[in-house]
Amino acid sequence: MAHETPTQRASGGAASRGADALSSRVLLDDVAIRRALMRIAHEIVERNDDLSSLYLVGVPNGGVPLARQLARNLHEVAGLEAVVGILDTTLYRDDLTAGARPPLRRTEMPSAVDDRVVILVDDVASTGRTIRAAMDALMDFGRPRAVQVVALIDRGHRELPIKIDYVGKNIPTRRGDLVKLRTPESAPEGALEVVLLSDEEGGAAG
Amino acid sequence: MMGRGLLGIEDLDRSDIEVILETAQHMQEVGRRDVKKVPTLRGRTIVNLFFEASTRTRTSFEIAGKRLSADVVNFTPSSSSLKKSESILDTAKTLDAMDPDAVVIRHGVAGVPKRIADELDAPVINAGDGAHEHPTQALLDLLTVQEEKGRIDGLTVTIIGDIAHSRVARSNIYGFLKMGAEVRVAGPPTLMPANVETLGVKAFGSLREALEGADVVMALRIQHERLSGALVPSVREYAATFGLDRAKLRFAKDDAIVMHPGPVNRGVELAHDLADHRPSVILDQVRNGVALRMAVLYLLAGRRRSRDREG
Amino acid sequence: MPRVLIRGGRVLDPASGRDGPADVLLADGLVAAVDTRIEARDAEVVDASGCWVTPGFVDLHAHLREPGQEYKEDIASGGSAAVAGGFTTVACMANTNPVNDDPSVTDYILDRARQESPARVVPVAAATKGLAGRMMTEMSALVEAGAIAFSDDGHTIMDSGVQRRVLEYSRLVSRPVIVHAEDRTLVGEGVVNEGPVSTRLGLPGNPGVAEAVHVARDLMLAELTGAHVHVAHVSTAAAVQLIRDARARGVHVTAEVTPHHLTLTEDAALGFDTNTKMAPPLRTAADVRALREGLADGTLDAIATDHAPHAVHEKEVEFTAAPPGVLGLETALAVVLELVRAGDLSPMQLVACLTARPAAVLGLRCGRLEPGAPGDVTVLDPERSWVYDPAKGYSKSRNSPWAGAELMGRAVTTLVAGRLVYHVDRGVVMP
Repeated sequence: MAHETPTQRASGGAASRGADALSSRVLLDDVAIRRALMRIAHEIVERNDDLSSLYLVGVPNGGVPLARQLARNLHEVAGLEAVVGILDTTLYRDDLTAGARPPLRRTEMPSAVDDRVVILVDDVASTGRTIRAAMDALMDFGRPRAVQVVALIDRGHRELPIKIDYVGKNIPTRRGDLVKLRTPESAPEGALEVVLLSDEEGGAAG
Repeated sequence: MMGRGLLGIEDLDRSDIEVILETAQHMQEVGRRDVKKVPTLRGRTIVNLFFEASTRTRTSFEIAGKRLSADVVNFTPSSSSLKKSESILDTAKTLDAMDPDAVVIRHGVAGVPKRIADELDAPVINAGDGAHEHPTQALLDLLTVQEEKGRIDGLTVTIIGDIAHSRVARSNIYGFLKMGAEVRVAGPPTLMPANVETLGVKAFGSLREALEGADVVMALRIQHERLSGALVPSVREYAATFGLDRAKLRFAKDDAIVMHPGPVNRGVELAHDLADHRPSVILDQVRNGVALRMAVLYLLAGRRRSRDREG
Repeated sequence: MPRVLIRGGRVLDPASGRDGPADVLLADGLVAAVDTRIEARDAEVVDASGCWVTPGFVDLHAHLREPGQEYKEDIASGGSAAVAGGFTTVACMANTNPVNDDPSVTDYILDRARQESPARVVPVAAATKGLAGRMMTEMSALVEAGAIAFSDDGHTIMDSGVQRRVLEYSRLVSRPVIVHAEDRTLVGEGVVNEGPVSTRLGLPGNPGVAEAVHVARDLMLAELTGAHVHVAHVSTAAAVQLIRDARARGVHVTAEVTPHHLTLTEDAALGFDTNTKMAPPLRTAADVRALREGLADGTLDAIATDHAPHAVHEKEVEFTAAPPGVLGLETALAVVLELVRAGDLSPMQLVACLTARPAAVLGLRCGRLEPGAPGDVTVLDPERSWVYDPAKGYSKSRNSPWAGAELMGRAVTTLVAGRLVYHVDRGVVMP
């Protein structure tokens, strides 16, 4: 998930406490992430006939390294030189309130999206609002042939009818929990992990 | 610290400027797209309250607002010079009742945007008040220099012209100093404000010394009434002593850039060939103006005083 | 008229030098006695314990706006504001509409004052017809009608030849010519002091030299003609020095300074508040120091308010368009007590600047607490804390830089011609 929506923040929970008060649990370590991304690459190849029309678009921040890794995987699996773009969704958010404006992030779309099969890549999917914003942004760039969505983690709590086509792992969570993709401490370059941050009183439900 | 509005560079600190410039860079990317429009400020109303005519700046703000999908309204109060000044309070209260999300104000007298901002719920963006400040101009100038030179820290910036009557000069002085540049000013003594060095600049009576080693040379527009004899004896004398041409530019660094807020009086502030070719970056300034104003509107529009209190 | 006994206060009377506990008895409109303990069984008692008892204050410079601009102020409201501030005599300037350049207007003002004003009003007539700076007014006729001095005030006479003749002619009536000394061609469009503040604000500056140039001119013309020139609202150290030197040479010069020039600097204008726009403008800290020293060593004679009411809609415009000037009558005392608190003036010196010395400038009999003097007395509490809200004051206008400020020092009781006309708890009482 690229950003926290104010509704989640307002309900208190892990998001509104300092990091020290939270318990953290690693949901996926670097090895598990790589395995999931390789499996997703295979799934993408299976489901798409015309691989040359694929266009991987990462949603900052987390979706970008994942999109790049997926591109490398597709090359390994199918010899594909996939195009990778970066698409910031901040300007398309539906929750820009009267408060402080979130900082903008990079957008780099090296290729036109017309007639491409765009694969949006995000790290954590939850309410579906980020994907909705990403699709609106994408439509302003052109008319893709199709849009498919990759999310490394789907934590549920959907608020919009958004379907994730390729999921790394389904993790049930409570609303107040935080799920983040990050670089682990004292880890080699490029390593990633997914952590769950929740209140001390307990970890994720179930 | 940036408040609810943008009244001047004097009120900003370096980190505020950096946030604005960074946001502007992202807006530049939007300007390079085919569809140069994002839905971010959809449903928001931006009012251009221009007491002083200015097609360039107003159009720039209008395009900026529209690229963010805002509704932009131009409100031009009666500009009859014979009419007694209407109470600023009245104008402000009338406007406030229409519930705008941002008000962009330009006025011929210093201090008016601030007085209106004190009365309004909505954020106020100063588009130029008398000789006081023109913050968005300075910010787009900073953006342009950052693009050209990769940095602002440590650069030498020379501003030439009618410093006394120039809001562009004041805002740029504050902006460049806060971002770590050294700022010099040069111009005829009758057009230099009192105690100008208290602003943190070095004042030069000689153009050549002021240009020595400069990275950025900014020529200011000089209005014709100033050249008609009372303050400066003639256009010819001004052009000879403080007009910029390639020969004089040689005292600056080889890779120095030339800037001007526009419109240029060719042959007065800038020689004809300097105005239209490298090292002049005047058109980049204009282009950056839209991105910069998009950034400012993005960061400020909709942030109401009453809502901040609730939040 | 009942006798009034002001009892138990600290009497400060510069004329006699008395500073200490004493009672003051007023009878038949005059001061009857001043002594350490007075018994007067039939008298109304005013309890002055904890207060200073001084002669009623004399303001050399106020704008009462009547006739012609009664929406800003009139003689009734101005007179009330005066006594609320402890002022029992106010000299009102001639820039009314019609201008007070004719005995009929002087008569009108005095008549209105008699009927409506709790304070004494002494009119200052114009020095030139219509304040146009060209033709002298009929000074003799005006004095006969009651004018106390002559001044074109803000319409400074720029033609030095005219100024010379005005000063020369004034000797016929032996009245001072009050000058607003500013060379308008040097002032230009200046609205704040020319210096770092005008540069920061981007507003046109009014250089201090504009004042010095005209003060020098007027002093030399006074020296030449033997006239009495009174310099209004001195604002610069340079002017103070010029006056000091001229005095030493024997020039007949007197001078006044306003409460705002004694306590505020140009920095006050940094927020573009038009209630910090005055003419002459607020200057630098060094000028403020020189003005205070000038009062202390007698170079400057008096504190005068230059009370200049303007309507809200007139001040709520862009800084360059707003008329200069602020209210002064109701806040002067609290503001100038700062000088005593800062140790720049002794209490006696401050009282002198508000009473005996201004009275001497105009040749008035008031300003002293000795038997036979007019029964004008101010009872003030120098430590009384209060918040100034111009909306609740007596002036019709609200243009004050001290609006909303917490002040210390206030007139508690004011008496004019032996009658109580103001009490801080009861308000103005018309006789």
